[in-house]
Amino acid sequence: MAAVPTLAVFKLASCDGCQLTLLDCEDELLALAGRVRIAHFLEASSAVQPGPYDLSLVEGSITTPADAERIRAIRSASRRLVTIGACATAGGIQALRNFADVEEFRRTVYARPDYIDTLATSTPVSAHVDVDFELRGCPIDRRQLLEVVTAFLADRRPDVPDHSVCFECKRRGTVCVTVAHGTPCLGPVTHAGCGALCPAYGRGCYGCFGPSGSVNLPALIPVLQRDGLDDRDTERLLSTFNVAAFAAHDREPRP
Amino acid sequence: MPDTGQTALLDRAGLDALVAALTADGRTVVGPTVRDGAVVLAELDGADALPWGWGTELEAGRYRLVRRDDGAAFAHTSGPQSWKSFLHPQREKLWDVDRDAAGELTVCPARNEPPSYAFLGVRPCDLRAIAIQDRVLAGGHFRDDGYAERRSGAFLIAAECTEPGATCFCVSMGSGPAAEAGFDLALTELIDTGGHRFLVRAGSAEGARILDRVPSEKGDTTTSDAARSAVDAARDRMGRAMPPMDLRALLGASPEAERWDDVAARCLTCGNCTMVCPTCFCTTTEEVTDLTGDHAERWQRWDSCFDLDFSYLHGGPVRASARSRYRQWLTHKLSTWHDQFDSTGCVGCGRCITWCPVGIDITEEVNALAEEARS
Repeated sequence: MAAVPTLAVFKLASCDGCQLTLLDCEDELLALAGRVRIAHFLEASSAVQPGPYDLSLVEGSITTPADAERIRAIRSASRRLVTIGACATAGGIQALRNFADVEEFRRTVYARPDYIDTLATSTPVSAHVDVDFELRGCPIDRRQLLEVVTAFLADRRPDVPDHSVCFECKRRGTVCVTVAHGTPCLGPVTHAGCGALCPAYGRGCYGCFGPSGSVNLPALIPVLQRDGLDDRDTERLLSTFNVAAFAAHDREPRP
Repeated sequence: MPDTGQTALLDRAGLDALVAALTADGRTVVGPTVRDGAVVLAELDGADALPWGWGTELEAGRYRLVRRDDGAAFAHTSGPQSWKSFLHPQREKLWDVDRDAAGELTVCPARNEPPSYAFLGVRPCDLRAIAIQDRVLAGGHFRDDGYAERRSGAFLIAAECTEPGATCFCVSMGSGPAAEAGFDLALTELIDTGGHRFLVRAGSAEGARILDRVPSEKGDTTTSDAARSAVDAARDRMGRAMPPMDLRALLGASPEAERWDDVAARCLTCGNCTMVCPTCFCTTTEEVTDLTGDHAERWQRWDSCFDLDFSYLHGGPVRASARSRYRQWLTHKLSTWHDQFDSTGCVGCGRCITWCPVGIDITEEVNALAEEARS
């Protein structure tokens, strides 16, 4: 990397929450600004410098032909490309369209459907270009974002485990909401990273970090249903911000 | 630690005085207390914080608090934590390193003054678990200094089991329900026509010294006999049992058992069993750098053989399947632990059964393996 590495932040189809997490790093922001040159970050500054960039953070999914082109340009301008958040890593909640008829939405919602140039699917950035690292979450976790940026600056692997949220509950000393309260919880199949936030407040995990590295839905679904979810509830719980990522996992045991 | 033979009787006020005496000595007293629908382990500021009148109803994958009419303080069974949360904490800094302007590195070990713990209400199975972690973490060539320091200063007050739970199987592991060694004081709770009281035995000179400072009555043979029979009765009320056979040999001979496929279909590989296990000791290290790149830290944190990264070598994890990871855990726990540390790694506390979200039962799995080996 150059003496003062450049950092760029880009947005595709997304809500801005993940790049906002960078601005939420209030205590570390000055240190970060001293360490990198922020060359492209429209949410923070309209001053834009041309690439190439040493590290690009990309939020959002690919939902339009224009974005499918744009991500190629971003990739070619970036030494390292890190995707941040459920949209960029899994297609986001807008990937619900992957399981529905987009033409029908277009006709129903818009007065002039012909103005809308959209793809039939919402896909992660990694479906279009090579990605150096994917940081999960909806939104991403501030500490994990700093860890990823710090790791790339030091040229080391980020310490972002892909085990379950249960690891974080147990390490934090949170009483298991499923075992002790009978609360449906996706923690056992969900990627760690949030610090087990919801169970610490007595709520079940709703999977906003997407599937962990080792998922067994056929084993978990009967427990969710024992604790009160019906088939529709179960499907809804698995069909939120990481709908496409959870859809890639079998719901039923393989014969 | 020898049993000094000294016994005394404490009432509830006496138990509170015991906590006060330990606190006055500068100790952090940790014991069971009710929080978030469970009996957890936490710092106690007095005996009032104990779970008086609370019991537990357990099943595989299920834990519920239940009210008891007798007001007992130690009628609950293993909660979601064990004492390793304090002796072998989930995350601990090992050292810092700083680089100065000349590029010179200065390494500074992270050594905080260890807390001086007093653990109140250590079950006999957990006494055994602490003894196992002593061998693993402080007994061998690669000593964990942080553990050893916290452990050597810890004062252990055992609470013998008179109310075993449905997931308990300490009798079949030879680790309970009586406290035989490894404690400074051992309590047996008695609630009968003689009132609500605690028979206390001193198991060390330090235990005897503390006991002398607490107002108590002298123990008598009637109470001692009542305590013995309460603990003996618990022996016959274990909810579960391991098969009475050489488990080391069984697991050693079962690497290709079909049962592993069966359990792998049910296993979430979520890691809960290893996190709640009082003997599981595995850690990984994390290297933390700051944004300047001139400061780094090494931390140790709990790891689990259910994590894919646990066996990650060049190119990928060695144990990629749930089958291989569950097999690794159970085989190590019951068989290769003997090769490594001269004992079993299981004490029969039942936590892995209770706190498994899908209720995988270690005793059921071992019984099935035994059945398969016989056929």
